[in-house]
Amino acid sequence: MASARDFAESAERQDVRRRWALLSPALVIIFFAAVGPLFIMLVYSFLQKGDYGGVRWAFSTDGWFSVFFQRDIFDDTLSFADAHISILWRSVRLSLMTTLFTFLLGFPTAYFIATRPEKSRDIWLFLITIPFWTNLLIRTFAMQEVIRNEGVINTALLWLGIVDQPIQIMYTDKAILFGMLYVYLPLMVLPLYASLEKLDFRLVEAAYDLYATRFQVLRRVIMPLVKPGIIAGSILVFIPSLGAYVTPRVLGGGKNLMLGNLIELQFGQGRNWPLGAALSMTLLALVMVALLIYARQAQSRSLRHG
Amino acid sequence: MASAGEGRGVALRRTGFSVKRQTGFGVIAWLCFFMLYLPILTLVLFSFNADQSMAVWGGFSFRWYESAWHNQTVQDASLRSLQIAFIAAILATVAATMAALATTRGRAFRGEQAAYAMINTPLIVPEIVTATALLIFFASIKVSTGYTGLGYLIAAHTAFCIPFAYLPIRARLESMDLTLETAAGDLYATPWQAFRRITLPLLWPGIIAGLMLAFVISLDDVVITELVKSGGQDTLPTYMLGQLRRIVTPEINAISTVFLLLSVVIVTLFFLLSRQRS
Repeated sequence: MASARDFAESAERQDVRRRWALLSPALVIIFFAAVGPLFIMLVYSFLQKGDYGGVRWAFSTDGWFSVFFQRDIFDDTLSFADAHISILWRSVRLSLMTTLFTFLLGFPTAYFIATRPEKSRDIWLFLITIPFWTNLLIRTFAMQEVIRNEGVINTALLWLGIVDQPIQIMYTDKAILFGMLYVYLPLMVLPLYASLEKLDFRLVEAAYDLYATRFQVLRRVIMPLVKPGIIAGSILVFIPSLGAYVTPRVLGGGKNLMLGNLIELQFGQGRNWPLGAALSMTLLALVMVALLIYARQAQSRSLRHG
Repeated sequence: MASAGEGRGVALRRTGFSVKRQTGFGVIAWLCFFMLYLPILTLVLFSFNADQSMAVWGGFSFRWYESAWHNQTVQDASLRSLQIAFIAAILATVAATMAALATTRGRAFRGEQAAYAMINTPLIVPEIVTATALLIFFASIKVSTGYTGLGYLIAAHTAFCIPFAYLPIRARLESMDLTLETAAGDLYATPWQAFRRITLPLLWPGIIAGLMLAFVISLDDVVITELVKSGGQDTLPTYMLGQLRRIVTPEINAISTVFLLLSVVIVTLFFLLSRQRS
């Protein structure tokens, strides 16, 4: 008996060993070329900056300190680093607005697709997916073509006589918002659709039987049922928006930076690697907070429904 | 139950009341699709502009496609993009297939959740964070070894492609019928024979889907490539990013259009492949 159990155990151990061996190439590559360097960056955020980029190997909290504060070069007084804080605030604000607007546009779209006849749904979904898989830079550039002073929108408005001067959208926060709305919209529609597709319309019918208005049905029946999709979509849009780099760089122009551009700047012209590393870590922390809130929500939901 | 519901549905339809209707949703949806495609179509249209201008239509011509084709920098960048994408996608797909096999077969084991989380981290960490971390890490390797080749870019691309390749392969493995594999085992096939003759042929569409996804993801990358590349290692997207800061000509539109076409073809193939049921 004992030997049979021993045999089973050793077979099990061997199986586990074999599976770790199968996992190892993926884990090793990801460790060395994605996750591991994050720890090195954490270390770098606590070092002194080198004169021409790089770092000097001495402990310093200057990097983290200058994320939020700055020291006056003349009288040594401390003040908040207004420039950094305004960029941080712009990133959070624009990301929240992007999330909100993608929801306002994406929800009706996902609902529309989910209520199409089953055969044509795949086609509609495909039309949403195509822009999603095309290059983000190209889509941002395409957006630029539309909102430029000589672009489609302004040409149309001028031609219709609604305005007599082109509206300046490029190089403003509005341009970044338009761009992010455009590139991240599919990320909102897809999870919303996944939830809406499973919606049981008998519940909607029951609500109408109980004299609910269309808006009440939407607000009290449909929205609560697709809440997981709403939260998933919001997270999927909010996180990449917060770390956006390409869209603000192309559409935002010189002064309208976001966190991603500020980080890159420290490794380029700024030559302040510790500050760049600390800013990167700040961004990562913000993303983790967003994910934690998401996980909390998902967990409390599953607890409530057993 | 069902027939009663359908009966009601018919009655409701007769009175013109649809339970699925929400006022204005159709209009917003159409607006959405219009908004998604207007910029892309504008971009494609102006790639055929005979004029230098990006605003005024000067007639139809292939002039910008020609000039892009003869542009040595564009040629080099395109070839480099394809080279990196091919190698990274193949490496990522092999690693992802092995990982998917390890995480879908047999009982759960200790550390499986951690391994799963590790494979998916590149999806969560913002690209700019990974990019700067790699910049720091690779800079020190460059200093100590003196190697400045494409290896860094290939390693970085492989890493962030793995979770994308892993997704469809794992999905395929999970939806696969295990009885055939068990039957092969009962007939004294070795695990390798069972894999080679049963699992692999059934898994093939998943692997191809994963490979294509990884290829597109690698081809599209801007941020990580921009920060990791050494001098003279522009890929097509980083070349375009650099060009956008100067005065742009429709040549960029022509390059974008070809790029778009390539993506659309790959995604369509992917779409058809993943619709194929196991």
